[in-house]
Amino acid sequence: MNLMGMTAVELGKAIKDGQVSAVEATQACLDSIEACEKDYNSFVTVDREGALAQAEEVQKKIDAGELSGPLAGVPIAIKDNMCQEGVQTSCSSKILSNFVPTYTAEAVVKLQEAGAVIVGHTNMDEFAMGSTTETSYFGETKNPWDTGRVPGGSSGGSAAAVAGEEVPCALGSDTGGSIRQPASFCGVTGIKPTYGRVSRYGLIAYGSSLDQIGPLAKNVEDCATILEIISQYDKKDSTSVNRDDNDFTSALVDDVKGLKIGLPRDYFTEGLEPEIKEAVYGVAEALKAKGAIVEEFDLGMVEYAIPAYYIIASAEASSNLERFDGVKYGYRTSEYTDLHNMYKKSRSEGFGPEVKRRIMLGSFVLSSGYYDAYYVKALKAKALIKQAYDKAFEKYDIILGPVAPTTALKMGESLSDPIKMYLGDVYTVPVNLAGLPGISLPCGIDKDGMPIGVQMVGDAFDEKTIIRAAYAFEKTREYKRPAQVSERGL
Amino acid sequence: MAKTYETVIGLEVHVELATKTKIFCGCSTAFGGAPNTHTCPVCTGMPGSLPVLNKEVVNKAIAVGLATNCKITQNCKFDRKNYFYPDNPQNYQISQLYYPICRDGKVEIEVDGVKKYVRIHEIHMEEDAGKLVHDPYTDSSLVDFNRSGVPLIEIVSEPDMRSAEDVIAYLEKLRETIQYLGASDCKLNEGSMRADVNLSIREVGSGEFGTRTETKNLNSFKAIARAIENERERQIDLIESGEKVVQETRRWDDTKEYSYPMRSKEDAQDYRYFPDPDLVPIHISDEWLQQVRDAQPEFREEKKIRYKEEYAIPDYDIDIITASKKLADLFEDAIALGAPAKKVSNWIMGETMRLMKENSVDAEDLKFSAENLAKLIKLVDDRVINGGVAKEVFEKVFADNIDPEKYVNDNGLVTVQDDNALKEACQAAIDNNPKAVEDYKGGKEKALGALVGQVMKAMKGKADPGSVNKMLREML
Repeated sequence: MNLMGMTAVELGKAIKDGQVSAVEATQACLDSIEACEKDYNSFVTVDREGALAQAEEVQKKIDAGELSGPLAGVPIAIKDNMCQEGVQTSCSSKILSNFVPTYTAEAVVKLQEAGAVIVGHTNMDEFAMGSTTETSYFGETKNPWDTGRVPGGSSGGSAAAVAGEEVPCALGSDTGGSIRQPASFCGVTGIKPTYGRVSRYGLIAYGSSLDQIGPLAKNVEDCATILEIISQYDKKDSTSVNRDDNDFTSALVDDVKGLKIGLPRDYFTEGLEPEIKEAVYGVAEALKAKGAIVEEFDLGMVEYAIPAYYIIASAEASSNLERFDGVKYGYRTSEYTDLHNMYKKSRSEGFGPEVKRRIMLGSFVLSSGYYDAYYVKALKAKALIKQAYDKAFEKYDIILGPVAPTTALKMGESLSDPIKMYLGDVYTVPVNLAGLPGISLPCGIDKDGMPIGVQMVGDAFDEKTIIRAAYAFEKTREYKRPAQVSERGL
Repeated sequence: MAKTYETVIGLEVHVELATKTKIFCGCSTAFGGAPNTHTCPVCTGMPGSLPVLNKEVVNKAIAVGLATNCKITQNCKFDRKNYFYPDNPQNYQISQLYYPICRDGKVEIEVDGVKKYVRIHEIHMEEDAGKLVHDPYTDSSLVDFNRSGVPLIEIVSEPDMRSAEDVIAYLEKLRETIQYLGASDCKLNEGSMRADVNLSIREVGSGEFGTRTETKNLNSFKAIARAIENERERQIDLIESGEKVVQETRRWDDTKEYSYPMRSKEDAQDYRYFPDPDLVPIHISDEWLQQVRDAQPEFREEKKIRYKEEYAIPDYDIDIITASKKLADLFEDAIALGAPAKKVSNWIMGETMRLMKENSVDAEDLKFSAENLAKLIKLVDDRVINGGVAKEVFEKVFADNIDPEKYVNDNGLVTVQDDNALKEACQAAIDNNPKAVEDYKGGKEKALGALVGQVMKAMKGKADPGSVNKMLREML
């Protein structure tokens, strides 16, 4: 039995049925990680002993009938920006390379309570800033479809670990596309929930008003199952919203009859690779064939999303990252003359170039004299983008479009031109600015053999509709594995 | 002719609010405690932690705003003030810049019989920082985050004060109001009330303000008065000698009675304020506002009027008793327990004030209960003990809040009611003091006092002086 070839739900069922134990599942996961890491470098930390101990505990509870959920005993990886008590949590940065949290992030606690076994922390762009997972202090992660290419980012480690079948599923975080874009690059499925749906408590902040934790897995069912578990109101997060409609697995229905789908013309302009355009239109056709109504429309405001996003996210990041100063935890420079010299050297040595660039950008747009011209204006653009979506959702149930203008790029291609990298976020950042849910799932393979993703965006707190549409489309297509993974599986 | 100068003063007053828990987490706000014991991931700035607003802080800030005639900002927000310092674990302070909770208030003060208003520009809520402790032996600094996240309000006045007397009157008024609200104990020496003085001078009659300085580290009313006088003189000297006042922040050294510059305007940091994305805007509904308004206590001015109507005690006593919420509470509670108002007032104005002065105790720190004071008054009224013994017992009540009934019984201080014993003692006094007896009979009233004293001594103080007096007169 190839346990890591199963979906999370399949594996959970096998454990529940007694075909395999939680410990065996975890051991299989650890073996797979052991075998693959030299190729992918998906993980920053693998917690072998902790995971096996957790698995034993979980198995005892399953045997005692105390745990029976779909993820009981299923191994899962979490992105390295989610605190886990006693396990190094570094945000793939030198400045937190020795940081071991004293508490566990709320979303991770919910997984643990459901019996999921946390096997380790996945690699990411430093502090989630980047779209390639090349800015990690612990080296870049490679795409299992082609190890000469990036897995996307910033949750590239989570996407690669799932695509490479090191783990059945993982958590990522999405501030401007950081779940959806790597899912697309690696041929897996990922959901960025509505802002406020999942507690951010314990998620090391990048852009606080945009960050959301979400699942990455091989299919829609796994993602819906994980999301159902982690979406709970948390009074420790003031932006968490108290709702009782998180029964996402109830939306796993192959029925899109009468569903109104909008295709924004503004998304299908130059810059988008023709093969991706074709694949996304193919998704529209497939859903239409199942009874959905598809229309093209003008969303508007698209050109303002990237500048507004980089101003707001960088501004918040410049403040959020101030606490990393070498005083209380994390990296401190070895030699210094006084307090300010210590701050300066610790931060200069501890942060990488992309993080420094965004701290500088964010500090600039918040500085007196520029605040109104940049930050306040960006907030206005954000409000207008939200309005544009609100208007679209008066007419449509979901908005269908590409995830990224390209498929996975070659290693090193993006870092030389940060603006080009930023522009690659054009289809994902507006969704964060509007606080809406979005799902990314595979819909094709390009001429280079790389996966193509499609994005479905829903109205606020209407994850169920995009889950239903994604599930219906998924039924029309086989899950495709990277060649290397298929060979290994045999 | 020498020029005359006017001093223009505005104050920034920080007040620690007396909530049980901190402003953004559930940690205790108790003063002291072993370092870093009242802490959690939130108030130590751990990665990933998030603030959640303590609603009680908003209630107290609204209460202070209403009591100082402010407009309440019903849609207010928190902003981040960014600056690096080790006592500030996030390297930003959560404060309010753009939408402070209270604006445009005023309080009435009275100096030398003249009443005037000091306007309040705004009141905003914010979090306190931790404390740095320098260890000279290891030449290192240590941080204690117990105070980090303790709620503060900052009350910013307009430049409406003209003298140290104005400033003291304003601060006393604020302290009294806030203490009446139970919003803070307002202790300058413990830092639960801190005042920074913004001061400039100008020629009398000038319509423009001069360049101001801000003086910090003022830990008592005396220090504030001295610092104001010192800064006024310093600025006058500068101007008279043709120099300019530099806009800067100065630190007062009360032992040297001197202030020195901390930072000038040129060094002023750009705090890069922006709305804190981790906190949602606060909407104070009309109902919420009304609830706070309905819960406002009776303030000093209202109490003074009521005391005058209800109790036959002098205006002076009313003034002293109502100056402190604690004394006013003691007074009213003792009366509620049945003690006569005049007697309660006498105990407060006399023995309580004397012992407070002797032991340097503030009214807010009084330990004894109204119940024990009322019991003591009843013991005297019922002639169970005499006045002299009562004073002795009160010292114990004052120090340790003992139960006077129990104490009197345990220590055998009950007045002797046995007429025979008293008669014997009187006879002995008469027999042993023929000179005094003669003097008394010769018309010297005072001589009787000496005899009474002898009897009291023989009775070890446990007799009623009135009864002794009466008995001696009958026997002579």
